[in-house]
Amino acid sequence: MMAFILIIVLLVLMIAAAIYAVVQKDLLYAVIATGIISLVLSILFYLLQAPDVALTEATIGVALTTIIFVITIRNTERMEIEADKEENIKSTKK
Amino acid sequence: MKKVLVILLLAVVGFYISETFFDIGFGNSHFVNNEVIKPVKDTYLQQTVQELKVANTVTSIVVNFRGFDTLGEVTVLFLSVTALGSILYKRRHHVGERSVLFSASSIVTAGSKLLFPAIVLLGAYVFIHGHLSPGGGFQGGVIIATGFLLMLLAYENYSVSHTNLAIVESLAGVTFAGVGLLGFVYGEQGTFLENFLPSGVLNDLFSGGVIPIIYIAVGFKVAAELTGVIYTVLNEKGEQNG
Amino acid sequence: MDSTYFEYLDYAIYGTAVMVMLIGLYAALVKKSLLKIVLGLSIMEAGVNLLFVALGYLKGGTAPIFSDGYDPSQAMVDPVPQALVLTAIVIGFGVTAVALSLVIRLWRHHHTLYIDEIKNLKW
Repeated sequence: MMAFILIIVLLVLMIAAAIYAVVQKDLLYAVIATGIISLVLSILFYLLQAPDVALTEATIGVALTTIIFVITIRNTERMEIEADKEENIKSTKK
Repeated sequence: MKKVLVILLLAVVGFYISETFFDIGFGNSHFVNNEVIKPVKDTYLQQTVQELKVANTVTSIVVNFRGFDTLGEVTVLFLSVTALGSILYKRRHHVGERSVLFSASSIVTAGSKLLFPAIVLLGAYVFIHGHLSPGGGFQGGVIIATGFLLMLLAYENYSVSHTNLAIVESLAGVTFAGVGLLGFVYGEQGTFLENFLPSGVLNDLFSGGVIPIIYIAVGFKVAAELTGVIYTVLNEKGEQNG
Repeated sequence: MDSTYFEYLDYAIYGTAVMVMLIGLYAALVKKSLLKIVLGLSIMEAGVNLLFVALGYLKGGTAPIFSDGYDPSQAMVDPVPQALVLTAIVIGFGVTAVALSLVIRLWRHHHTLYIDEIKNLKW
């Protein structure tokens, strides 16, 4: 009974983090949500009796992917720009 | 308008995919113990413990039974690191300072100097005992690269020389291909990547023939490659003003 | 993992894996910022890997490792999908790294990450 409740809570957390990562406009928060998806996935791999895959996903998905995304955000821009405002400004400038 | 069409298309695709998987079922012995699939799984499990004397089945599949795919994966990783290095190429006068502009606080600098040898030791333990417990070459290599990342983020003048990384990576790759080619000479059937060393006792450190040698080479290669990736990306001069 | 509600577990796990895959695909198709598109690609990979490992599970099975004192009568889960997913995770990271290096290079040239702008600015 307890194992079933634990699995349902983890699955709901995964879907909530995925929706948050797509909707949010501040890109730093979206990257951290992707890291949460990888962490929950690693716990689920352990519960499905696959320890090698859980180790690989925990290191590559959480540590390396997050750091490469954060360095890219630091070299480019942080907020996803609003589409309508930019289009109006560019069309009136030409 | 475009969003509505995309949602409709994804709903149709999702309905058909999930219906197929609900028919298969979860945890059924009906699917896994089929007449077609049963011999493959049982053959691998039996041969691992009786002929090869290796404790970890996933390691023996990745290195021994399907070792050619691992050679392909190592090649793909090498190609992606080369592509990343050549796309972010800079001329001599554009090389700026690192993305980390200042050293971290004193707690981080003192702590990372203590943690770095422990992390490297853990990574080496994981890829040496790949055939006895969960782990292996890829996991251990990534752990070592994480240790180097900690040192690179804490100090602003810590540097790793590209020449040493290239030498280690090339030697490890040559070891992998060389051990595979030795299978032609010493093996009984004369095939590529054949296990020609004697397999010892179960749960011993020197068991499993050629498997520990290949996994140690893969561990070194992955660690050197990923450290190079992180060092290349960190040396970008940021033009952001915020 | 044995419980009284085991037959509802396949709807939960397969449904979640397919839904996470479709959320990632939606982000890759609709969003206009290049970084969001690469993020959607990474989310899609996570969903596919979960679907693959969940296929090989056997009820009452244990991990495929023959340590000291293993029980010969207990069944083991299928080790072949785990070996395939191990390769897939590493290659997924390689693809993400190359895509992000292309994003940095595009920013250096155009100073914007909005794909309609990049289409309009001729070289």
